[in-house]
Order: sequence, then structure tokens, then C-alpha cells
Amino acid sequence: MRILVGVKRVVDFAVKVRVRPDKKGVQTDNVQHSMNPFDEIALEEAVKLKEANKAKEVVAISVGSTKAQEILRTAMAKGADKAIHIEVDQNVANTLEPMHVAKALAKIAKDEKFDAVFVGKQAIDDDANQTGQLIAGLLNWPQATFASKVEVDGGHLKVVREIDGGLDTVKVKLPAVVTADLRLNEPRYAPLPMIMKARKKPIDKKTPKDLGLEFTPQTEVLEVNEPPVRQAGEFVEDVPTLISKLRERGAIP
Amino acid sequence: MLASKTGLLRQFSLVNARSSSTLVIAEHDDAKLSGVTLNAITAATKLGHEVSVLVAGGSSSKVAEQVAKVANVKRVLVAEDEKLKNQLPERVGETVVAAHNQFKFSHILAGASAFGRGLIPRVAAKLDVSPISEVTAIHGDDTFSRPIYAGNAIAKVKSKAPVKIFTIRSTAFEQAPTTGGSGATEKAPLGEVKTDASEFLGQQLAKSDRPELQSAKIIVSGGRGLGSGENFKILYELADKLGAGVGASRAAVDAGFVPNDLQIGQTGKIVAPELYIAVGISGAIQHIAGMKDSKVIVAINKDKEAPIFQIADFGLVGDLFKAVPEMTSTLK
Repeated sequence: MRILVGVKRVVDFAVKVRVRPDKKGVQTDNVQHSMNPFDEIALEEAVKLKEANKAKEVVAISVGSTKAQEILRTAMAKGADKAIHIEVDQNVANTLEPMHVAKALAKIAKDEKFDAVFVGKQAIDDDANQTGQLIAGLLNWPQATFASKVEVDGGHLKVVREIDGGLDTVKVKLPAVVTADLRLNEPRYAPLPMIMKARKKPIDKKTPKDLGLEFTPQTEVLEVNEPPVRQAGEFVEDVPTLISKLRERGAIP
Repeated sequence: MLASKTGLLRQFSLVNARSSSTLVIAEHDDAKLSGVTLNAITAATKLGHEVSVLVAGGSSSKVAEQVAKVANVKRVLVAEDEKLKNQLPERVGETVVAAHNQFKFSHILAGASAFGRGLIPRVAAKLDVSPISEVTAIHGDDTFSRPIYAGNAIAKVKSKAPVKIFTIRSTAFEQAPTTGGSGATEKAPLGEVKTDASEFLGQQLAKSDRPELQSAKIIVSGGRGLGSGENFKILYELADKLGAGVGASRAAVDAGFVPNDLQIGQTGKIVAPELYIAVGISGAIQHIAGMKDSKVIVAINKDKEAPIFQIADFGLVGDLFKAVPEMTSTLK
């Protein structure tokens, strides 16, 4: 099995983002970026399958500006065999939609005959939770979303999924798309020798044009605003005061 | 299979020529309509077009009867087939596409639950449309608001797509009344449903007598400060006294105190109850994303500097193991 893993460079999860004064987006200059946490999990799962001899090759792919290459180096340091960068200029990167990324990944997955595409269940910047499902829809492959356990079963994957009321289990026929949930695994840190080695590995660079694609936006961001700010609250001395305050507000009977 | 672009464009211009109408995809378990669909019907009503609801399933007629009575539902499309049992996205997706090909909807939506999140983008891909996730406000036919960056920014977006395909955040829309409607029921086309690609093997649902998190009026939520799964008992006792649902932070789930489906936050459940009581939760950005629209927030934490206090209406600095049982006994 050959696995294509989609990874995205996003503002680090611990950063408190600020809306830009021109309201066209959030401030991303001089802000710590890292690999989308869910993509780290997707990648870890693919690498673990390779270590268990269930997968032959793991290829990381990212769509974005030249800075996406940092993330691809990280992916190789964590165990990806190769990396593909679909490079777009900053203007295109700013209006990139999950559908564009899905089309690029679907094209590569099909042309290069991958058996599975693994991606995170959502990117923590756009919070879209779409790319994996879009890839599956475009390729007409089955999908196993929000995976918390993946087992290879011959030409199938058995996947335990996190759903609203608990868990369910589906069996999907390869080729298939899997999106990783938080509980799937604990991603590893890249060891220093691997980081050094990953620096020397070539990254296969392609453009949307090479894939016969045009990333025309279908969604225009009109403006981005701060969410409404909550009124400052108060500290209460003890439990009886808390309960009487809640009763005053009508929050409890 | 990457569909031919020109063919789809031609198809879409036909769509635009017709009058607008909205399709809501019902979520259900073949017995009961899910609450999030009622929120989605309210969102659909805001568009001002005729509202149809598709009920696809193994035996969907009972749910179809419930849907027909929901206020403002004009038409109920029923796709009933053994192949649609458990509503796998590979199969229901084809049914939605078939319904769209027949009726040419201008808008297709569902609630942003695990079901809707799985299905809606797959349908969008088949129609070559960029979907929009977790809509919290509808400003017009093509303009929507949605939170990004864990709710730390709200994007107002305009969709140029020929069909608007989206999920709605259920806490942002009221539930539609389950009576007063008189929708006409008709059979929906099944579409090219294939069964060899995916199979449903089973589910393990958490059983609880407490209210569901997404519809609970009061939620008592625990974090790492609880220390163990055993200690969650004091939250259950308080919750039972208040008729509340019980939630958790990621830290509490990761530590194995409670199961995953109780997680509230950016990547868990999004809730907005009347009262949210956060116990032993520090208030990471990702947790706050899931509960900051609650009407009244109470925080109980021994660390006065915990970020949760910045958004709490009432904060109690102290030992949760004393405060929570005291609340429970005071409320007796």
C-alpha cells in the first residue's frame, strides 16, 4: 500500500490570532507556524503502518506558498519517504479553498496510483473539515472520517470513527480516504539525525498548471471580524453567593 | 473521477434559470429525527425559499411522517432502501445528487454534526462546488458568516457557487417547531448507490439518562483538575441535581477520565447552553471555542490566573472537591 498524506502549514495552535485592521483576514506575518496538528496525526498513522510493513511508501504533499516546504521537511523528518509541493504564489495561497487542495491531491492520488490518502479531519485555521471528504467525492473512493483506529484488513481498512454519540466502525475498500481525529495516535517528535537527513532530500515541485488545474475561488471573503467580546464577569466569595447570583440571573431554579 | 467542468457548468446555468428552493438533508436513526435537523430547517427557512427535506435510510417512512409535521417544510422526499441503512456517506451522497438532478435546488444544507460534516463536502465534490462549513448566520442567498481560527475570528463570505452547499452550526439557529407543518411526501430517486466500497460494521453508543450535550439547557463540564474518572462522580451528582448534561475538556478525555464524545471544544462538540459550569478547566483557546456562546458561564478553579476566568460571568477560586459537593447539597 502506498499512502499519500496531505499536510498543511497553519498558525500554531497556541497562538492567539488577531484580526487585521483592514478586516481582510487575521495577522499571519511574524507569527509562529507549524504543521496542522491533525495532519501530524494522519502522517504518524501512515508512518506507523509503514513500520508495521502494512504500507510500502508514505509520500507527504502540501499545497501552498514556498513556506509549505518547511512543513514537508518536517514530514520527511517524521518518516515520510518523499514530498511533493504544489507551489502557488502568495496571492493564490491567500484564496486557496479546500476544494482546490482536494483537486490537487485527488489528481496526484489517481495519476500516481496511491492506495490511500490520509489527511487530518480539519485544519485549525479555516476549521473547514472538508478536504478528505472532497477528495473521496472527486475520486469516488470510500471515506472513513474522524478515525480513531485504523486496521489494514487485506484490501480493506477497518476504521473506528468518532461520531456524536460514541464510536462506529466502518470497513472501506482500498483505495480509500481516511481523515484523522485527535485520538488516533500520539505523533512522534522528529529525531535530530532525521531532521538533518530530511534537509537533503529533494522535494518534487509541481504547479497547479502541471496538474491541469486552475484554482479559481468560489468563495469570496468579504470581511473578517473579531467575535463579540463577553462582558467582564465577577469573582464570588463562596458557594452560597454563587448560587444566589445564579438564581438572580434565572440561570438555575 | 474528476467530472468534466464544462458539462457541469452547463448544468448549473440551467439551475440558475429556475426558481430557488432549498434541500435539507435529514439526520435520523430510522426511528427519530435528530434535533440538529430542526436547527437546519430554521436556517433553511431564513433563506426564504421553499424548503424540502430528504429523508434517506433503511426504513425512513416513520421519520418522514415526523418531518412532514415540522413547521415550514413544504415537501418531504423519502428514499427508503436497505442499501441506505446506517446512512453511509458513499450511499446517501448518491441519493442527494440524484434528488438534486431531479429538482435542481439552489441550496443544500445539513447540520454540522458528524453525519453532516461527513456527507456535505462529498456531495459538493460531486457537484463541483466549494462547500461552506459551520454557518452561524445567513445574510442572504449567497452571503454567510462562519467562525475560523477556533472562533477567534468571524468570516463573512460570499459564495459564487452555482449551488450553495453548506452545514450550519446548530447552536446558532433555534429548532423549528415539530408541529404545525403539513409537508407533502413523495418518493425520492435513489441514485446510483453501490454497496461494495463501504460497509457499516457496528457502533458503540454511550448510554446516558442525562440530556444530550447539544440540547442541554445546563452543562456541567470537567477538566484535568478532576484528577480521575472516579472523581467525575461529583459532577454527575451536581448535573443530576440540575438536570444538566455533562461535558469535558480535551485534557479530561485524553487522560481517560471520560469518553471522547463528551469533549467540548474546537474539535469536539460546540455547545451554547443557558448555563455552563466549568470545573477544573483552565480554559485553553480550543476549549473556549466550544462553549463561549453559553449564556451564563461559571468557572470553579483553584488557579486565579486560569484563562477561563476571563470569560466567566461568575468565578469561584477554590477547591472544586469542596465547592462542587457543597453546590450539590445546597441545591437539595
